[in-house]
Amino acid sequence: MTIIEQPKEYKVIGTRPIRHDGLDKVIGKAQYGADLKLPGMIWGALTRSPYAHARIKRIDTSKAEQAPGVMAVITGADMPVAEAIEIETGEEVTNLAHASDKLMARDKVVYKGHPVAAVAAADQNAAIEAARLIEVEYEVLQPVLTVDEAMASGAPLVHEDYAGKDLGEETRNTNVADHFRHETGDTAAGFAQAAVVVEREFELTMVHQGYIEPHNATALWKSDGKIEIWTSTQGAFGVRSSVAPILRVPETDIRVTPLEIGGGFGGKIPIYLEPVCAVLSKKAGRPVKVVMDRKSVFEATGPTPGGRIRVKMGANDKGDITAAEVDLYYEAGAYPGSPVGAGAMCALACYRVANARVDGYDILVNKPKTAAYRAPGATQAAYAVESVVDEICQALGMDPLDFRLHNATREGDRRADGPVYPRIGNLEQLQALKDSEHYRTPLEREGADGRLRGRGVANGFWFNGGMQSCVTINVNSDGEVGLVEGSVDIGGTRASIAMQAAEVLGLRAEEVHPVVVDTDSVGYTDMTGGSRTTNATGYAAYLAAQNVIAGMKERAAILWESNADDVEFEDGVFSSKHDSELKVTFKELAAKLTETGGPLAASGSIRQRGSGGGFGSHLVDVEIDPETGKVDVIRYTAAQDVGKAIHPSYVEGQIQGGATQGIGWALNEEYFWSDQGVMENSTFLDYRMPTALDLPMIDAIIVEVPNPTHPFGVRGVGETPIVAPVGAVANAIHDAVGVRLTQAPMKPQRVLAAIKEKNGNGA
Amino acid sequence: MPTLFIPIHMRRFTGGAERVEVEGATLRHALNQLAERHPAVMDEIVQGDRIRPGLAAVVDGEQTVEGLRAPLKPASEVHFLRPISGG
Amino acid sequence: MTTAPASQKIILNTTVNGQEHQLLVAPYHSLLEALREAAGLTGVKEGCNDGNCGACTVSLDGRIVDSCLVLAAEAEGRQVQTVEGIAPDGQTLHPLQQAFLEEAALQCGICTPGFLVAAKALLDREPDADEDRIRLWLAGNLCRCTGYDKIIRAVQKAQG
Repeated sequence: MTIIEQPKEYKVIGTRPIRHDGLDKVIGKAQYGADLKLPGMIWGALTRSPYAHARIKRIDTSKAEQAPGVMAVITGADMPVAEAIEIETGEEVTNLAHASDKLMARDKVVYKGHPVAAVAAADQNAAIEAARLIEVEYEVLQPVLTVDEAMASGAPLVHEDYAGKDLGEETRNTNVADHFRHETGDTAAGFAQAAVVVEREFELTMVHQGYIEPHNATALWKSDGKIEIWTSTQGAFGVRSSVAPILRVPETDIRVTPLEIGGGFGGKIPIYLEPVCAVLSKKAGRPVKVVMDRKSVFEATGPTPGGRIRVKMGANDKGDITAAEVDLYYEAGAYPGSPVGAGAMCALACYRVANARVDGYDILVNKPKTAAYRAPGATQAAYAVESVVDEICQALGMDPLDFRLHNATREGDRRADGPVYPRIGNLEQLQALKDSEHYRTPLEREGADGRLRGRGVANGFWFNGGMQSCVTINVNSDGEVGLVEGSVDIGGTRASIAMQAAEVLGLRAEEVHPVVVDTDSVGYTDMTGGSRTTNATGYAAYLAAQNVIAGMKERAAILWESNADDVEFEDGVFSSKHDSELKVTFKELAAKLTETGGPLAASGSIRQRGSGGGFGSHLVDVEIDPETGKVDVIRYTAAQDVGKAIHPSYVEGQIQGGATQGIGWALNEEYFWSDQGVMENSTFLDYRMPTALDLPMIDAIIVEVPNPTHPFGVRGVGETPIVAPVGAVANAIHDAVGVRLTQAPMKPQRVLAAIKEKNGNGA
Repeated sequence: MPTLFIPIHMRRFTGGAERVEVEGATLRHALNQLAERHPAVMDEIVQGDRIRPGLAAVVDGEQTVEGLRAPLKPASEVHFLRPISGG
Repeated sequence: MTTAPASQKIILNTTVNGQEHQLLVAPYHSLLEALREAAGLTGVKEGCNDGNCGACTVSLDGRIVDSCLVLAAEAEGRQVQTVEGIAPDGQTLHPLQQAFLEEAALQCGICTPGFLVAAKALLDREPDADEDRIRLWLAGNLCRCTGYDKIIRAVQKAQG
């Protein structure tokens, strides 16, 4: 571990206690969404469109209604008509009409797997069988499947009535939902100063978050009009604020209980099933559960976009980047809202570029509406930019980390989209990677059986989400505390939040008992996402703990018949400033709450600032079989500025997991489309995610440059590690076999074809 | 004076101006000053009593948590960007 | 496949985690469905329902299987072990469970039951399996959170 700035001495923070929810998860007792069983509960199943683009002519539900065990059948006509307005859920902007239409089509299906009807029946098999009996007559339309097709003149329109925007001007009859630009300096002048200019175009395909737990939801529409929802979500409050306007009921009438979540990576921020379950429940008068199958998860949830990216970058002979231009064409899916906005902000975030232009295009295609996927939009852009940076390093004969260090953004630099950086740790983490044993150890260029090796590096940036969190701490008479939070625990945040409270309270981590509760039982808390949870909910826990200490000081003062100003707290002991004889431990005082005024509970709430951000650079060695084009990752090291690692094991885990998803994206993962917009590899057999066998150990180097806006210096950790890997792998492949792959994934047939082309005996 | 950076897609409402220096101790004051010079741009930035959905005001590198009430310093920079949430 | 009326259900006699069970199942139910729905053992997870993720891994007469690919009726008269039965008694964790906790080998935890059952089967047979062997053995279990590093280290730690 590299410690950059002298840390404070902590007792709990920086240790590695066993997570509070761990036991239930290793004995099979943790309750995930699909595990829920309620009295009278029945099962739902959806009927989905077999076409990517078609008009619904007629739906006949009569056979389904007569099928055994069926208790409710609904179509789009049973869903309330949502207003065509934009609402904010967390910091996402959602067009309600789109959000509703995405859940259940009315007139037109716009992606394969688009729900058109749903059934509730006594058990899951009966529901699935009945859903198959629903007859739908379609008028099949030509689908729009790539950004190039979508932008071609005369292309079919995904939405005939949609008004797009082109640099602020309203446009009609277009699939380009938005086109925007960031610009700084004068790129023409910058390129004129360059000794080297590299221009490349890159292409990516859609990839999925690939969480192992399919989406699920259970809803009960009660006779008093209130709705209970149990679901696997990254944000229970986001579910509530999304469901309420779609069902046209007040938020207050909805209670959402987040059950354990089996992975999300951004894909479980949007809702897919909850309103459908609720409407089925209203009709059937019973709780209705739906668990998606894997095929539907692939076809009809929210992957991250493919698209096309053009990068042009110039540098002078001293190694200064003089100008850069980036054009990002991202698939939005069937409704507007790809992560191209974030991609545009991240594209050049690692570098000082005085003259830059970034254009972003959000493009409608007949594919599932994209959703957030870990640093959404940034990985695609980094793949392109980091590949071009690599070429510039080679042209200039510069070490790739020296070039990145030379041009690295630091405090006071202006990002291409405008804002000036506060204290960031870009330089420090790059230096840590350069100092790593891995980088200092030269690579053996040949492996066994003529396999060729190469080494690549890349850098990556993602923001620190701030947003809103609330925590309540209840002091128990035995001196331990309950910690009530609204942040869904997707990877150890009960521990990282409880540890921050424990640090303040002078307790051990195990003496703080975190519980994630429903939307009626804790103050508003935004979703677990945006790398915000340990930062913002941790900050709320810190504030709640401070308020507990303030309350406990008052109780000590009552005990000693003095006043709270006279009481100080250190190392778990309250003492009087004036009488050294008067001391009471936290535990002793907790036992005296009844006689000093009654129960003590305190809350902390915050709207945390998003600032700074996290930088992480990755180093990868690959070995390539020149006969087959197969690429193996043989060594991997990732460095990242995390601000302050509260629980280092889970920080390392985030870095290792993000790197692995990136490696899958780089080498194998892709949506394979038919010419009619049908995904042809919608199983984990054919959608090839990395297995244990595909990977080496992944070294995570934790760099700590404290975030000035957090009491313990925490920065967001979870998303940054997926940004660099695709570019790093591309650069390693180039180093190994001398070919520049501009299409991801860099699967064997592409690598092989590129090697053959280079050797002059084309495929 | 605080500087408001006008996004490219709004510059047709500011006569092409890329940045506008305005007086103002809060973002609301600064935007009111901006509106006196370029009234049409306000609809792009403000909806009712708040920043428009889909837009984030970034003051001195940080997405504001106070919205129109965000305090500005004499040397503050304000950018109007897309809100970031992430996965 | 058509929906069988309730009268066509069968009684499955099987031993799960050392206890004899009589479970009412349909002929087309998978062992996964029988364990989760009829026996209430929801530690067995469904990730894909087509044998590619390993979340539903259980031991059937000592051999690990994807329970989504086994018909419930095939478990008649046989011994099934799920994650709920890994701990040697109700009090003490199996060394693998303890190592998974200490090594932070889980994030979301949905794949953990399958990994534990699969890893236990490996260590029962090959207590000294090396890293390559562990990686090969566990290649049928997908984890999307950890990058496997800490899972492999946990298995190695449990080897002692």
